[in-house]
Amino acid sequence: MGIIIQKRALIPKRVTEMTVKAPVIASKARPGNFVVMRLHMKGERIPLTIADADPEKGHIVIVYLVMGKTTALLDTMNEGDAILDICGPLGRPTRIEKKGTVACVGGGTGIAALHHIAKGNFQVGNKVVSVIGARSKDLLLFKPELEKISHQVLVSTDDGSLGHKGLVTEVLKEYLERDPEVKEGIGVGPVPMMRAVAEVAQPFGIRTLVSLNSIMVDGIGMCGSCRVNVGGEIRFACVEGPEFEASQVDFDELMMRLQAFRSQEKKSMELFEKKELL
Amino acid sequence: MQKKTRTRISPRVSMPMRDAVERGRMFSEVALGYSQEQAVAEAGRCLQCKKPTCIKGCPVDVDCKSFIRMVARKDLKGAFAKIKETNSLPAICGRVCPQENQCEKTCKLRPTGQPIAIGRLERFVADNYYARTSCEEETGGEACSVVDESRKVAAIGSGPSSLTLAGYLAANGVKVSVFEALHSPGGVLLYGIPEFRLPKSVVQREIDSLKNLQVDFLCNYVGGMSVTLPELFQQGYKAVFLGVGAGLPRFMKLPGESLIGVYSANEYLTRVNLMYGYKFPEYDTPVPPGKNVVVIGGGNVAMDAARTALRLGAERVRVVYRRTKGEMPARQEELEHALEEGIELEILSSPLSFHGDDQGVLNKVVLQRMELGKPDESGRRKPEPIEGDTFSLETDLAIMAVGTGANMVLTQTTPELKLNQRNYIWADPETGETSMNMVFAGGDIVTGAATVVEAMGAGRRAAREILRRLEG
Repeated sequence: MGIIIQKRALIPKRVTEMTVKAPVIASKARPGNFVVMRLHMKGERIPLTIADADPEKGHIVIVYLVMGKTTALLDTMNEGDAILDICGPLGRPTRIEKKGTVACVGGGTGIAALHHIAKGNFQVGNKVVSVIGARSKDLLLFKPELEKISHQVLVSTDDGSLGHKGLVTEVLKEYLERDPEVKEGIGVGPVPMMRAVAEVAQPFGIRTLVSLNSIMVDGIGMCGSCRVNVGGEIRFACVEGPEFEASQVDFDELMMRLQAFRSQEKKSMELFEKKELL
Repeated sequence: MQKKTRTRISPRVSMPMRDAVERGRMFSEVALGYSQEQAVAEAGRCLQCKKPTCIKGCPVDVDCKSFIRMVARKDLKGAFAKIKETNSLPAICGRVCPQENQCEKTCKLRPTGQPIAIGRLERFVADNYYARTSCEEETGGEACSVVDESRKVAAIGSGPSSLTLAGYLAANGVKVSVFEALHSPGGVLLYGIPEFRLPKSVVQREIDSLKNLQVDFLCNYVGGMSVTLPELFQQGYKAVFLGVGAGLPRFMKLPGESLIGVYSANEYLTRVNLMYGYKFPEYDTPVPPGKNVVVIGGGNVAMDAARTALRLGAERVRVVYRRTKGEMPARQEELEHALEEGIELEILSSPLSFHGDDQGVLNKVVLQRMELGKPDESGRRKPEPIEGDTFSLETDLAIMAVGTGANMVLTQTTPELKLNQRNYIWADPETGETSMNMVFAGGDIVTGAATVVEAMGAGRRAAREILRRLEG
């Protein structure tokens, strides 16, 4: 059980940050780890990346995009409410070692998940260049938080309301051309963005990771729902990932598999909105 | 008890309680219950009145006098039977009845301010009777040792091997904590075997019985992630048992195996069993619909998946197996039940590829016809492809029930554990001990996917060895 300590709307009705009391998970969580949550007795299990952890207070931070019934229900919960089940940390943590300059690329809600990874790199003494993008300035998450743990934060927006007008990967490409010292790249965000990160980084020959968000049920390597095609092999994102070498990932397959339950997800959401479901 | 010393009435035996500051922050039960000594002492205070008035105070006419006499004589079974004559819910009444306004109010000792603690005694009888029944269920013996909190053993995973180990050790007075990664205990008994073959209430009854023996179940704990083996020893556990199962589903590395509509049997069954997906949308987890279902594999899991699909509304379910009916590893009974229900067999066939529409949704499987050749290492005749003989089946749901591998969560975070060639944990066949001192393992994580009862056997062997070490 996890009590919600603090709730903060990052983008009202769309993206929310929650600080949850989960001392065991907080003491173990490393960048790249995620949790699986179940909100109520009839609930589904959903994976959410740990955006930050405070082992002393026993708190973890999660950030979610309201996109289906479970996240919509989560968004009705408030400080003091309890999340029925919270399991973690899960997944292999990001392999963080001192290596020089690391480009951390984030898009949309993925920026929150990226934050923990960027922070880990900053703490081991890497030069962190955060490259983040959103549709517009108002939808850009975690910029102040990233500024605290980055040597540089580069921004792009689709509408040009802040930073470069255009794609985040255009900013990344331009930076990689300018700075030959970048040793590693990591991309977290929507699938098309991660695919573009892989393509942009490829010619520079730097190790580039992406954090995959495939559908999960148990999150502990038991069901294979999260399977992704990496280098022609079936890999399980929950126990072998969620991070994989970007150039090896079959993004088309990932996109396709994310649609597997679209009609049921839609139905569930409609019933929830009509208040016919808890 | 028979001595009626009217002059000096001893005070009621007080009830052990949890510390007020500590308990104010937790939901664990406040009152802790009498020990046997305390109960006998309290029952000994009863005057055993010729004309008892306590019974009149009880809305359901519990014969307080008689059951208290039996407690004083340590006749737990008799006391429980006596209460049960008129009261179906003694463990509950013992906790929530306002006895001070009922039986204890009409107790002849009431005027002294120290009536018999009838409620506490009723609770004692019920709790201890249930614990003893559980003890009998676990061991066949009447009395189990009192659990010694300083002799702690941890079990990781809550499937049949861990449950068996927990029962054996708890009945021998060892405190067992079972750590489970999912939100409910039971392991494969819960997520794997369907309700129509093993009702969840049956699993729950076994788990409740273990809880009566003071076995703790800690859900949402991932062995190797949220709790590591060295930490368990630091926390005072004297031994650790690993029963994490072989849950990793296998696929066949075939083209199209990632199409929407191709699932592992584990995923399909987990969605239905653990997550109650068959009640979607009341329950949130969806189950992939299938009208024309193909199940690949010939074991019990294949039968479970096929019969589940039928119950979820499939019009046609075919089980595809590369050998013949006689070689199927499924239990004869399961196979017969499946056939009776209308499941069809497609023997001597093996999938080659899966095909879908432009949205990636499965619509066809292409299969290879097989024939039986010479016997292989398993002694069964080896299926061999008949060159050029392929055929296809239309299908919208294909379920892969072609075996499982070792769950890697614990082993990848505990490199000290020696593995065997198949990546399962190596354990001494006699004792169950792994390459780590006082760390034992059993069940599918050692043998690969096998039966429930074999896992139980491994749990029992390890429990016996752990007990021997704790006592030696």
